[in-house]
Amino acid sequence: MTAHLSWNLVSDVRQLLQFPFMVNALRAGTIVAVVAGAIGYFMVLRRESFAGHTLALVGFPGAAGATWLGVNEGFGFFGFCILGAVVIAALPGGRAREQSAVIGTVQSFALASGLLFVSLYHGFLTGLNDMLFGTIIGITSTQVLTLLIAGVIALVVLAVIARPLLFASIDADVARARGVRVRVVGALFLLLLGIAAAGTSQVTGSLLVFALLVAPAATAIRLTASPVAGVTLSVVIALVVTWLGEGVAYFSPYPIGFWVTTFAFALFLLASGWRALADRRLAC
Amino acid sequence: MLSQPFMQHALLAGTAVAVLSGVVGYFVVLRGQVFAGDALSHVAYSGALAALAAGLDLRFGLFAATVGVGVLLGLLGGRGAADDVVIGTTFAWVLGLGVLFLAIFTARHATGNSTASVTVLFGSIFGIGAGAATAAALVAVALVAVVLAMARPLLFASLDPAVAAARGVPVRVLGASFLGVVGASAAEASQVVGALLLFGLLAAPPAAAQRLTDRPWRGLALSAGLATMSVWVGLVLAYAFPVLPPSFAILSVSTATYAVVAITTAGRRRHS
Repeated sequence: MTAHLSWNLVSDVRQLLQFPFMVNALRAGTIVAVVAGAIGYFMVLRRESFAGHTLALVGFPGAAGATWLGVNEGFGFFGFCILGAVVIAALPGGRAREQSAVIGTVQSFALASGLLFVSLYHGFLTGLNDMLFGTIIGITSTQVLTLLIAGVIALVVLAVIARPLLFASIDADVARARGVRVRVVGALFLLLLGIAAAGTSQVTGSLLVFALLVAPAATAIRLTASPVAGVTLSVVIALVVTWLGEGVAYFSPYPIGFWVTTFAFALFLLASGWRALADRRLAC
Repeated sequence: MLSQPFMQHALLAGTAVAVLSGVVGYFVVLRGQVFAGDALSHVAYSGALAALAAGLDLRFGLFAATVGVGVLLGLLGGRGAADDVVIGTTFAWVLGLGVLFLAIFTARHATGNSTASVTVLFGSIFGIGAGAATAAALVAVALVAVVLAMARPLLFASLDPAVAAARGVPVRVLGASFLGVVGASAAEASQVVGALLLFGLLAAPPAAAQRLTDRPWRGLALSAGLATMSVWVGLVLAYAFPVLPPSFAILSVSTATYAVVAITTAGRRRHS
């Protein structure tokens, strides 16, 4: 089953779809990209990147613990990420700088627990790298189904709270004065972020979730100011990055994590450059 | 326990790194640069693996990558904190590069495979040799001296950058060199607790110290003390219970310390 890349795109794609594992990877990637693109947009608006990163990393002990106990990895990812979101939402507000220190502490403790689970479950170092950096093989049909259900739930909830969330994200004080329950909306959004992070971790690995959660949204925000166009663009970019990444990873000896992050970063750089040029032209 | 050479090396390197992390972390938390510190810790991973892939000493890559990116972040960030979106996107890509180097390294050394990656990510304090421990201690002493030398202006610049700039403090240069020092500390700490876990020493003890006291010098000392205590207790626990990986033991102690401090001071805050 050696991969041959030819100039005939149709045959390349047919080659990709020949193997069930690749079909599953593409299905999972598509679901994850849509969810991450949409939720990532709000995350970037709300400046909660650090919380998102931490939630993604919390998935790692979940997956490691699930493997140790012999449960489906997907449940571990979702269980721990949602738990992590609840913990972060329940943290005392307090001063912003202390809060980020606490999030950092939660993050490193979660990673350390992951290490403990891995060492309790002897000898699966390759599995550890896959959990952290993603893999395109080994996504099961059950996992795809779990991802689909979680993704649909997350998107429906997001659609319901989208308007108040947008309001609260852009101007929390005015939103509060107008009767939006800012804290509740914020906590709900953290839960959604947990779901998105858990799903994305299963494709890109815990450490590289940002490639789909931040980069597409940041790119979209640099290209358009309208929220609807922004969310759409963010989803499209996430999809393109995932498909390209998975396709190229199949034909190359290097792992998917590298390709997905590279494509995402390249698009981000292009958009930033375009933005800078446009701003300069505007200023003249 | 103390007669074991590996334990002596671990204690030497661990104490040095703990004091360093406590002191540097105090300013990181004070300046609200936790996310930047997080990014630097991930850069450490890519740097180490790049060096391994190129066949160089691991530490060379660690320091070159973290100090370089730290200074760069400080210069690009300019006023205020660097944009967290830019930090996030960039470090995701840098980590992606790390994975690429890992793939190259694994392909070249079929036997070494992923153990190196795990060591860099999660540290191996019990595996430190005498030379490495001494080197780590010396570098840590030098870095602590640098931070203490710039502590006064740095404190001023952290608390009120505008006034500090008006009084002639070179805020920008100071910020960039401080992030460079954070990078170097990240490289140091990743040899002990690993690139992913150094946050437990860089964030938890300072956060606890800042809850206990508002006075900077006392806070600085307390932060270093709490970090050192975490490492010592963690090492003893890991020695007593071989099931526990040392990094996990150290991190649990520092997390628990913060939790206890947060709970005990929570009530007091409300009354005052």
